[in-house]
Amino acid sequence: MAEQHGGGTSAHTSADGGKPPFPPFESHTFASQLVWLVISFVILYLIVARMALPRVGGIIAARQKAIADDLAAAQKLRDQSDAEMKAYETELAEARAKAQAISAETREKLNAQAESERRTLEDRLATKLAEAEKAIAATRDTAMGNVRGIATDSAAAIVQQLTGVQPDAGAVQSAVDRSLRG
Amino acid sequence: MDPIHQFEIKNLFTIGTFGGHEIAFTNSAAYMFVAVILTAALMLGGTAARRLVPSRVQSLAELSYEFIADMLRSTAGEHGMKFFPLVFTIFMFVFVTNMLGVIPYTFTVASHIIITVALALLVFLTVIVYGFYKNGLKFFKLFVPSGIPMAILPLVVGIEIISFLSRPVSHSVRLFANMLAGHITLKVFASFVTMLGALGIAGVVGAALPLALTVAITALEMLVAALQAYVFAILTCIYLNDAIHPGH
Repeated sequence: MAEQHGGGTSAHTSADGGKPPFPPFESHTFASQLVWLVISFVILYLIVARMALPRVGGIIAARQKAIADDLAAAQKLRDQSDAEMKAYETELAEARAKAQAISAETREKLNAQAESERRTLEDRLATKLAEAEKAIAATRDTAMGNVRGIATDSAAAIVQQLTGVQPDAGAVQSAVDRSLRG
Repeated sequence: MDPIHQFEIKNLFTIGTFGGHEIAFTNSAAYMFVAVILTAALMLGGTAARRLVPSRVQSLAELSYEFIADMLRSTAGEHGMKFFPLVFTIFMFVFVTNMLGVIPYTFTVASHIIITVALALLVFLTVIVYGFYKNGLKFFKLFVPSGIPMAILPLVVGIEIISFLSRPVSHSVRLFANMLAGHITLKVFASFVTMLGALGIAGVVGAALPLALTVAITALEMLVAALQAYVFAILTCIYLNDAIHPGH
């Protein structure tokens, strides 16, 4: 066997002188190449299939999971904040409605109070006015009474002074009355 | 100067012979293991902290995970996710070895057809075995598109079978040829730089053009390295989809 190979090598060397051999077609190198191709390819296949691809695939899957988890967590937080926002808005609307109700009630109460106070005041003023009017009328009546008496006396005195005759009191009075009325 | 020299397999040490074949640890094997270590460092070292907010390396590991997962899910559906480790391993293996190959003085693992054929056959056999395991004889529906008139059905079935059987060929040669051709082009332009540079002062000035082209092609090769890894992986997804859903 070794001789056979040796022969091949010598043929290869002698061919060097004339036409150089073409290495890719030198069949005596095929066996060596195939053996090492099989060994290295199988080693690489085992490394790739058993270790490298599961690891890299795991890394990529873990990253995708991490991203998906983060997105889910973010979505959850957003939903939560949305719900809280909604609750806040409802509460705000309720509070606002309550405040409006209270203010309307207060306003009504105050209005009613003011109205009643105004009414009592008006009543009091009306009574006072009426009293004052009555007092004025009384005063005027007495004043007018006095004026009549004075006028009657003055008229009687004037008539007496002019005519020297004591006039009839009844006639003077009726004359004064007429003149006052007129 | 030989543009083929970079594809040479060098034995670092010999393990022994098996069935008449010498089994040696070669430069190709060393780059395969470097790719395994780099992928493991990215996927395990970068994610060791398991951060919720990823570091740069962890974010790169997650990006590659989601890139392949989306590719597989969109082509083969949720049911196809059981092949996720397989597709991920194929993509990372091809991608990292291709990218390593763009670095000057390195070796490109996928520039040897035996490697791309082995990977393509792995996918092809997975499709056949899983296709029959999952669907039984209904897996043959893959070759019988629905809604075809009986008259031309035999022709269509024949074409379908040929296209199915040629899948591993196109699947493997596409990656192999792209890597090989790109690196040869790169090497040819780079050797122009040294050849012109040896001609003296005029040559040094003239070497600027191939140097600029070498830089540009290196950028293109990075794109091709990434794109071919993507193409290899998405074809794997499409073929696996046939095993899962054989009805057209």
